[in-house]
Amino acid sequence: MTDSVRDLVIVGSGPAGYTAAIYAARAGLAPVVVAGSVTAGGALMNTTEVENFPGFVDGVLGPDLMETMRKQAERFGAEIRYDDVTEVSLAGPVKTVVTGGGDTFRARAVILATGSAYRELGLPDEKRLSGHGVSWCATCDGFFFRGQPVVVVGGGDSAVEEATFLTRFAETVTMVHRRDELRASKIMADRALADPKIRFAWNSRVVGISGREKVSGVTLRDTVTGAERELEATGVFVAIGHVPRSDLVVGQVATDTDGYVLAGRDGARGTATDVPGVFACGDLVDHVYRQAITAAGTGCAAALDAQHYLADLVDAAQPPTPASRPETIEETL
Amino acid sequence: MSTVHVTDATFQAEVLKSDVPVLVDFWAPWCGPCRQVAPILEELSETYGDRIKVAKLNTDENPQVSQAYGIISIPTLNIYRGGELVKQVIGARPKPVLVAEIESVLA
Repeated sequence: MTDSVRDLVIVGSGPAGYTAAIYAARAGLAPVVVAGSVTAGGALMNTTEVENFPGFVDGVLGPDLMETMRKQAERFGAEIRYDDVTEVSLAGPVKTVVTGGGDTFRARAVILATGSAYRELGLPDEKRLSGHGVSWCATCDGFFFRGQPVVVVGGGDSAVEEATFLTRFAETVTMVHRRDELRASKIMADRALADPKIRFAWNSRVVGISGREKVSGVTLRDTVTGAERELEATGVFVAIGHVPRSDLVVGQVATDTDGYVLAGRDGARGTATDVPGVFACGDLVDHVYRQAITAAGTGCAAALDAQHYLADLVDAAQPPTPASRPETIEETL
Repeated sequence: MSTVHVTDATFQAEVLKSDVPVLVDFWAPWCGPCRQVAPILEELSETYGDRIKVAKLNTDENPQVSQAYGIISIPTLNIYRGGELVKQVIGARPKPVLVAEIESVLA
């Protein structure tokens, strides 16, 4: 179904997308948010306790935070569609967004907030054993590894968070990291280093995952000596970072070599892409901060930038006032 | 037909002895992706009426069935026909993907 041209479509529903929706809806833009059929709420849906989102003294559950943001956006008139965008056309004054459910939305402005996806190890057995011991979601799957040895791959905040969470269930958690120190923030690294259940395989890279029907172990290669060794594990939790979910828009808006959408270049407003009327925010543009609060911040900025753009369109379309066109007045006389 | 909740105690009767294929959603309250896929399962149970049964099994409360089928990642969506596991989908998937899986079982 194709409907009339609206002001704004927002693609994505993490902290960036929903915050953009709150601001845009309050500004009367009646945005449609294409939230994703099974990804609505974004990356925080795979987390448990969020301790650093301002305003929550005792922390808040990631899924609860996202539900609250959605309701706040809906309260001001944002329309949430639980559908997946399959195609976008961003050039020209009217952009189109097509969904898997068969809807086509046409809008004068689009905010891209599609976030990022988990980075994979790129090993041949990784896909085969996905869901059979290989996991990207400790909060979803950790429970099933009670009393078992598991491995967490990575050394950043999310790896440490996963490892710490897994100690609730697992017998041991071995963090496999290619360097000799954690990249995670100090408070989180200290927590992991002090945890008796967490062990460390420093300077190590996972080069193989074994197991016929379920994971039984990993092969580690020492990044210094090149020596390989086997480590028994029934679970492999991969937390080696993210890749931007920009597949839909690559080739239509400028991206960097890693696929992040470029915004705010050449003196443009902060979230403006190189295509007029197209704005980008959240993890889709950010490979530095990647926090819920920074995503929410750029989501807000994207809504304000879109509002500004739409206001300029209206100004440009207004017929000049008679006072500014004296020659017309003379003609009509 | 709305979704039905099954347990370790009722799994045999509700799922394995069902006259129609049963899609069982292995889920838990703390699982975000389970929350995300839940509305799609409700829609599917309405769409398919009495051609299939859509059941939900809480893995926290029903460890026996979960272990028997080797569930170590949720959501896992298992489809049973005539008492046999005939299809397994691990992870939340868009509705068209699940429709295709169900259709392949009904075909």
